[in-house]
Amino acid sequence: MNETASTLLIIAGVLVTLLTLSALLIWLERRLLGFWQERYGPNRVGPFGLLQVVADMIKIFMKEDWVPPFADKAVFVIAPAVIIVTILMSFAVVPFTPSIVVADLNVGLLFFLAMSSLSAYSVVLAGWASNNKYSLLGGLRASAQMLSYEVFMGLSLMGVVMLAGSFSLRDIVAAQQGVWFCIPQVLGFIIFLIAGLAETKRVPFDIPEAEAELVAGFHTEYSGMKFGMFFVGEYLGIILISAMITVLFFGGWQGPWLPPVVWFSIKTFLFICLFILLRAALPRLRFDQLMTFGWKVMLPLALVNLTVTGALVLVGHPPE
Amino acid sequence: MTGAFYLAALVAAVSTGLVITSLNAVHALLYLIVSFLAVAVVFFIFGAPFVAMLEIIIYAGAIMVLFVFVVMMLNLGRRAIEQEAGWLRSRIWIGPSILSATLLGELLYLFGSGILSQAGGITVQAPKQVGVVLLGPYLIGVELASMLLLPGLVGAYHLGRHLNSEDA
Amino acid sequence: MLKLLKGIWLVFLHAFTRPVTVQYPEEKPYLPPRWRGRIILSRDPDGEERCVGCYLCSVACPVGCIALQATEDEHGRRYPAWFRINFSRCIFCGYCEEACPTYAIQLTTDFELSEHDRRNLVYEKEHLLISGTGKYPGYNFYRVSGLRIGGKDKGEAEHEAAPTDLRSLMP
Repeated sequence: MNETASTLLIIAGVLVTLLTLSALLIWLERRLLGFWQERYGPNRVGPFGLLQVVADMIKIFMKEDWVPPFADKAVFVIAPAVIIVTILMSFAVVPFTPSIVVADLNVGLLFFLAMSSLSAYSVVLAGWASNNKYSLLGGLRASAQMLSYEVFMGLSLMGVVMLAGSFSLRDIVAAQQGVWFCIPQVLGFIIFLIAGLAETKRVPFDIPEAEAELVAGFHTEYSGMKFGMFFVGEYLGIILISAMITVLFFGGWQGPWLPPVVWFSIKTFLFICLFILLRAALPRLRFDQLMTFGWKVMLPLALVNLTVTGALVLVGHPPE
Repeated sequence: MTGAFYLAALVAAVSTGLVITSLNAVHALLYLIVSFLAVAVVFFIFGAPFVAMLEIIIYAGAIMVLFVFVVMMLNLGRRAIEQEAGWLRSRIWIGPSILSATLLGELLYLFGSGILSQAGGITVQAPKQVGVVLLGPYLIGVELASMLLLPGLVGAYHLGRHLNSEDA
Repeated sequence: MLKLLKGIWLVFLHAFTRPVTVQYPEEKPYLPPRWRGRIILSRDPDGEERCVGCYLCSVACPVGCIALQATEDEHGRRYPAWFRINFSRCIFCGYCEEACPTYAIQLTTDFELSEHDRRNLVYEKEHLLISGTGKYPGYNFYRVSGLRIGGKDKGEAEHEAAPTDLRSLMP
C-alpha cells in the first residue's frame, strides 16, 4: 500500500511540475526571444514579468469557448485533448532521478515512440474536424511531416539501444556511467535533435501552422482553452524532447556533486533554451525542402549510423 | 489483471463493431485506432510489451495516419454517408453475420470443452527474447519478409520517379 | 550547414548586447522641438488671442478636422467665436501651422493623447487656448499689421510709415 501511495505522489508531483513548467515556458520563451532580438520581452506584470503567465491564463480562460457550426463537433473537441494526453503519457517512462520515475517499463523507449506517433493524430484530426481549408492543409502537412520524421527518429535511437542493450530508459541512463552517449552517438544525437524539432512542430519545421501561408494552420478555428491546450501541448512537447535528449544522450541524472534531480533539470533546461534559440535564429523550411531533407539526408544518415554502431558493437562484444 | 483484460477486450470488441457501423469514414478510422490501442493493451497484459508497442507505433501510429490522410484528401461529403447508410441494410450484413456467428459458436464450444484452459502462467517476454527468436529459428521468415519489402520499396521509388520525369 | 550554425551563434551572441527598447512610461524618449504633436492656440505677448479667424488652417487641413467661426469685437478685432479640433481625425501633418498667418495655431511636443471615449478627443477652444506665446515669444500680429483696431491707428504699427496724406502736396 505504501508503494502505491508513493507512486501516486510521484504522478501528482510530475503532473503539477510539468504543467507549471509548461506555463512558465510561455514566459521564458518570450523573454529569451526578446533578449536575442535586443528587446526585453514581457517585463511588466510582476517581478521580471513572471506573472505574465497568470495574466495569460486568466485571459485564455475568459475567452469564448467556441465550436464552429461547420466543424465535426466530437472530433474537434477530442483533438486538443489527444496531444496533452499522449505527451503526458510519454513522461511516465522518463526517469527524472533513479527513484523518481512513474513507470519503469522494459520497453520504455518504444513507449515514448508510440506516444509521439499517436500525438500526430491531434494535429491531423484538428485540421480535419475544423472543416476549413487552411486547417486541412495544416493537418495534411503535419501528418506527412510527422510520419516521415518519426521513421528516422526511431532509427536514430536504435544506436543508443544497441550500446545500452536495453529499451528501458533507466538502464540507458545507467549505461552512460562512463561516457555519455552524445560522444559515441554524435550522429544519432543530431538526427534525434532535428527529428525532435520536427516532432514538436517548432520553428524550422513549423509548416503545419505556418502563419504566413495558413493563418494558423491546424488550430485556426480553435479559441479559448482548447487553443490553450494546443499551446500547452507544444511546450510540454519541448520539455519532453529536451528531457529525452538528456536521458538518451547526456547521461540523464548523472553528474558530480549536485543531487540527480538538479543535474537532470539543468541539462533539460539547456536544451529547452536551445530550442528557443533555434526559433530565434532559423527561418521556416518549405514543404518540399522538408520532405527532401527528411528522406534523402536524414534517413540515409540514420541508417549509416545504425549500421556503423551495429558493426562496432559486434566487434567490441562478439556474440557467444 | 483479469478485470483489465476484460475491459480492454470489451473496448476492442465494441470499437470494432462501431468501425463497421459508423457512417462517417473518419469516425470509423478513429474507432479502428481505439480498437488497435485496446488490442495493444491486451498484448501488454499477457506479457508481450514489445508487440504491444509495435502495434501502437506501426498500426495505430503510422499506417492509420496514412489512412486518415487519404480519407481527408478524398473529402467525403453527405453523399458518401448516404451510400454507407445504404450498405447497412439487413440483406447485406446477414450473410457475413451468420458465418461469423458460426465461428463464434465454435470458439465458445472450445472454451466450454476445456481444451483452451490449459495455458500456463504469464511470462513477460522482453524485447531481447523476441529478437533472439526472430533471428534464430524464424530467420527464414524475417528474410522472406525483407525480400517482400525490398521490391515494394523499389517499386514505390520507381513510381515516384516516373511521375517526376513526366512532369519535367 | 556551417552558415546555419554561424547564424545561430550570432543570434546567441545578441543575448549579451543591450536591448534597444526605450521603456516608455518610465523613460521618456527625446523629442525634437519641431515635433508635431497636440495642437494649441497661442496668445500674443499682451495676452490677447492671436487667432484672427481667417479659416486658412481649416482650409489647409487635409482631413478636415479643424472647424471654427470667426467674429469681431467692438474695435473690429477678429477672433474665433468657437474653435474645434477633432484629434481623432487629426493626422498631425502640421499644414495648419504652416498656413497660419499669425502664428496662432502651433503643434507641440505632446503626443500622449488617449481617451476611453472617442468624443473626448474633440477639443474646444478652451482646451486649445494656452496662456503663453508658444514658439514665437515676441510676435504680435496687430502690432506689425496696418489694420486699425482699438487703441492703434493706421501708421502706428512697427516699421510702418504714416499713411500718405492725400490732401497735402508735400512728397
